[in-house]
Amino acid sequence: MDTANVFHPGLILIVGALVAAPLRGNLRQAATLLFPLFALFAVWQLPDGAAWHLRYLDYELAPLAADKLSRLFAAIFTLMAFGGALFALGQKNRVEVPAALLYAGSAVGVALAGDLVTVFVFWELMAIGSTLVVWSAGTPLAWRASVRYLAVHLFGGVLLMAGIAGHVADTGSVAFARMALDSPAHWLILAGFLVNAGAPPLSAWLPDAYPEASWSGTVFLSAFTTKTAVYVLLRGFPGTELLIWIGVFMIFYGIVYALLENDMRRILAYSIVNQVGFMVVGIGIGTEMALNGAAAHAFTHIIYKALLLMSAGAVLYRTGRRKCTDLGGLFQSMPLTAVCGIIGALSISSFPLTSGFISKSMVAQAAADQHLLAVWMLLAAASAGVFLHAGIKFPWFVFFQKDSGLRPAEPPKNMQAAMLFFSALCIGLGVYPDPLYAMLPFPVDYAPYTGAHVVAQLQLLLFSGLAFFVMLNFLKRTLTITLDVDWFYRIAGARLVAAVGGLISRTLESVSAALARRSGALHATLLRQHGPEGTLARTWPTGSMAIWVVVLLLAYLVLYYLY
Amino acid sequence: MISAHLPALQVALPLIAAPLMVLVRRGGIAYGMMLAVAWISLLISLLLAQQVADHGPISYHLGSWAPPWGIEYRVDALSAFVLVLVSLAAAAVVPYSRRSVEAEVSREQHYLFYAMFALCLTGLLGITITGDAFNIFVFLEVSSLSTYVLIALGRDRRALTAAYQYLIMGTIGATFIVIGVGLLYLMTGSLNLVDIAQRLPDVAERRPVLAALAFLTVGISLKLALFPLHLWLPNAYTYAPSSISAFLAATATKVSVYVLIRFYYSVFGETLVFKELPVPLVLLALSLAAMFIASFAALYQENLKRLFAYSSVAQIGYITLGLSLDSVGGLSAAIVHLFNHALAKGALFMLLGGIMLRTGGVSLHCVCGLARRMPLTTFGIVIAGLSLIGVPGTAGFVSKWALITAALEAGLWWLVLLIVASSLLAVAYVWRFVEAAYLRAPAPEATEKIEAPWSMLVPAWVLVALSVYLGFDTRFTLGGATRAAQMLFGAGG
Repeated sequence: MDTANVFHPGLILIVGALVAAPLRGNLRQAATLLFPLFALFAVWQLPDGAAWHLRYLDYELAPLAADKLSRLFAAIFTLMAFGGALFALGQKNRVEVPAALLYAGSAVGVALAGDLVTVFVFWELMAIGSTLVVWSAGTPLAWRASVRYLAVHLFGGVLLMAGIAGHVADTGSVAFARMALDSPAHWLILAGFLVNAGAPPLSAWLPDAYPEASWSGTVFLSAFTTKTAVYVLLRGFPGTELLIWIGVFMIFYGIVYALLENDMRRILAYSIVNQVGFMVVGIGIGTEMALNGAAAHAFTHIIYKALLLMSAGAVLYRTGRRKCTDLGGLFQSMPLTAVCGIIGALSISSFPLTSGFISKSMVAQAAADQHLLAVWMLLAAASAGVFLHAGIKFPWFVFFQKDSGLRPAEPPKNMQAAMLFFSALCIGLGVYPDPLYAMLPFPVDYAPYTGAHVVAQLQLLLFSGLAFFVMLNFLKRTLTITLDVDWFYRIAGARLVAAVGGLISRTLESVSAALARRSGALHATLLRQHGPEGTLARTWPTGSMAIWVVVLLLAYLVLYYLY
Repeated sequence: MISAHLPALQVALPLIAAPLMVLVRRGGIAYGMMLAVAWISLLISLLLAQQVADHGPISYHLGSWAPPWGIEYRVDALSAFVLVLVSLAAAAVVPYSRRSVEAEVSREQHYLFYAMFALCLTGLLGITITGDAFNIFVFLEVSSLSTYVLIALGRDRRALTAAYQYLIMGTIGATFIVIGVGLLYLMTGSLNLVDIAQRLPDVAERRPVLAALAFLTVGISLKLALFPLHLWLPNAYTYAPSSISAFLAATATKVSVYVLIRFYYSVFGETLVFKELPVPLVLLALSLAAMFIASFAALYQENLKRLFAYSSVAQIGYITLGLSLDSVGGLSAAIVHLFNHALAKGALFMLLGGIMLRTGGVSLHCVCGLARRMPLTTFGIVIAGLSLIGVPGTAGFVSKWALITAALEAGLWWLVLLIVASSLLAVAYVWRFVEAAYLRAPAPEATEKIEAPWSMLVPAWVLVALSVYLGFDTRFTLGGATRAAQMLFGAGG
């Protein structure tokens, strides 16, 4: 292996995970903080182009290659690893933080991979790391969620693996470059990427698994898997029109389900799908402005979503409750957590002077520049929806609304520090976006703070804010009966909708019941044939084995003679 | 010069050692002799591989009798490769055997155990090195008969039935092989493989040749446990002494695969077997059946030895699948998987032997929470399991990648999907172990560390480490396999 005296930031994090795992106490805390900082430093030192070369199975691999795009993602991933580790210093579980470092390190590894084989290796490592993070919450629910999560990601890995093999067979090259959807191999690769992005029809793994992690685990989870998928889509499939519509679907999927949801962290998990949708739309549009926007939005989204989940994590840490209906009025005793949560909420709603404003508006602008009117209108509508579900709903129900009588203290100092750090980043980037713009893959010719932009965005937010409080009663009602057709029926006020909804839910019910029966029967069949005493697995009498030999011999003889 | 006689030494050394061990009747001395034999064999096989790589195939005339009358030992790229595999497995298993045999075989039988082991090694090396059809049969019997005894030495009473069953099946297989060889001799008047291959095209009557092919195919398929002729295998692996399970899993079926390849490519010729007869189709169907049915069976096993025995059947499916593709890529995938799978399975059974020694059993409930009590053993099993699945960075990935590329070369997209889908089954059955060992709580009274003894851990970990190392450095494995495949296609086509 040829390594031009450069450290691999991803491997630094992975080594950090291995070092931290057996340590305890202060040493462990120091290790979990120092390794990400070291990795961040290493990201800054990366030269352009492939720094490492490796020959593997006749292919020229580039396990470490950097350009502006990959450096941007590697930087935010390591930064996130540091912030998350700071937040999680008090985590009692001994697996979680090392697993998170492994997870972060493999995400950095994907971002810095110059070839598809390396992408795949880190991709799978990422699946393992993240599964461990979910699992280390230690509850039976988390255990089951982690198994489902792993199953989905292994399936995605299979698609990716088959696609990469096909790509290599077709082109003879393992380089990770832009691909067009012109062969089954590329379709498979795209599908593998999209599974991790939380795209339909497998979006549900994300809100299913993330909220089951511990108070600090979810912070890590929110950052890496989906954004790595955004990165590989940016590199592999920019300008693929299909992605626009997949992204739009994800945006609205996230909004609708977040509005229906009652668990505060599940609301935020749905909004990850929604926000990644914006990025996927940007990738689908594919102009320089759009790709810049997608990359910038991934960067800012990691920060403010982590901030939101830290604030939710702090609440969970102090109260042990996660349902909006059980919370409320926490502003009085947790003002700092509340303020940080609100800063995160304003950022996700793209409020001017926050980081979300300077990144999301680029995607919308790119849609407008390309005269994609429908897309632009949908994005505008979605922005209002984001404000509804994440911008207001989360802080309102957790920190204000009714007084739940809870008076938890502020979280420990390290958690406060992590939240303040990320809040500062949110505001700082919102006020002074130039450093971020300078890191983007293409030169930026965009001024976020024009009168028109600011006024338009403020109007949008104002009206959706108004709508929230007007509909507050409806929204509140849903808190006790999430995910019921009842909700459609109240909003629409039409019996027709109720009838259709009832029909759909009945059909779904009977289908799923039938499926459950089928899978039960399938299992029984498998057990009958393959189980320890099953037909295909039990010890056979010697005579019947001999019969098989004869049967096979006759079959061969007949076949050979016939030919 | 002694280097000129290496082919003879390769076989003669263990063959002479066996009766000597019986004469001294001391377990300890027999062990020392066996250790020396195994390691010298490894050295010889490596030297032979080097010679073949440098100077091309070696033809050694036993007693200076020229073929086709005398017996010829022939070492080419393929047999050198398999020789290294067999002697490597022996070199790893013998040091491991000491502790495990002490625990599992009664003291007065120790010297017999090692004598049988030496004979088994003789047989397997002999099959691989000889260039004579009847000699193959003889060595096959030498290895098989010693294997029956070795299996029967197992502590479990069911070992006797397993050995008996294997004996019946193995004898049927050997009979079929000898019938096949006999038919070939009848038609060509020669027993030397190269000579037969040269004379076969002139044989006017095709039917006896086809019958010979059918008998040989079925007989060898039985020995290599190709589905549905695998039924003897799970019991044999499960109830044999641990070190024998490991040795057999690493070598016995692999050498049989070698024989099959040898007969198909070097004797009957690729054109006859793969182009004119429906062999590829049959092989493909049986391989797929093995990959899926045996994996499902593995999924439902409670006994870990049985679980991995079924997984062996499934993995043999990958090897024969590579064969059925009938291309240089497919053949080299088969050969490289033969090696990589042998490493992983050898390591697995050795580590399972450690668990057997410490907990007295290898059923899934015996390993609950074992990760805390035997961390090195369980971690080794996980890594070897990853190689079985074919995770990148392990040797298993290299062979799976070669197989997938070969399938793509043939334009068989659906086959690629089936291959990866069946790896998911491997994920599932390896996961069952991980779940039990890492995620279940151990029985409350069992908390103290009971790591397996070093003499068992080190050899197993050498194989585990090789499984990882060969996932990166593929010069020997994939390079050797590709050279062997090219050689076979060059010779047959």
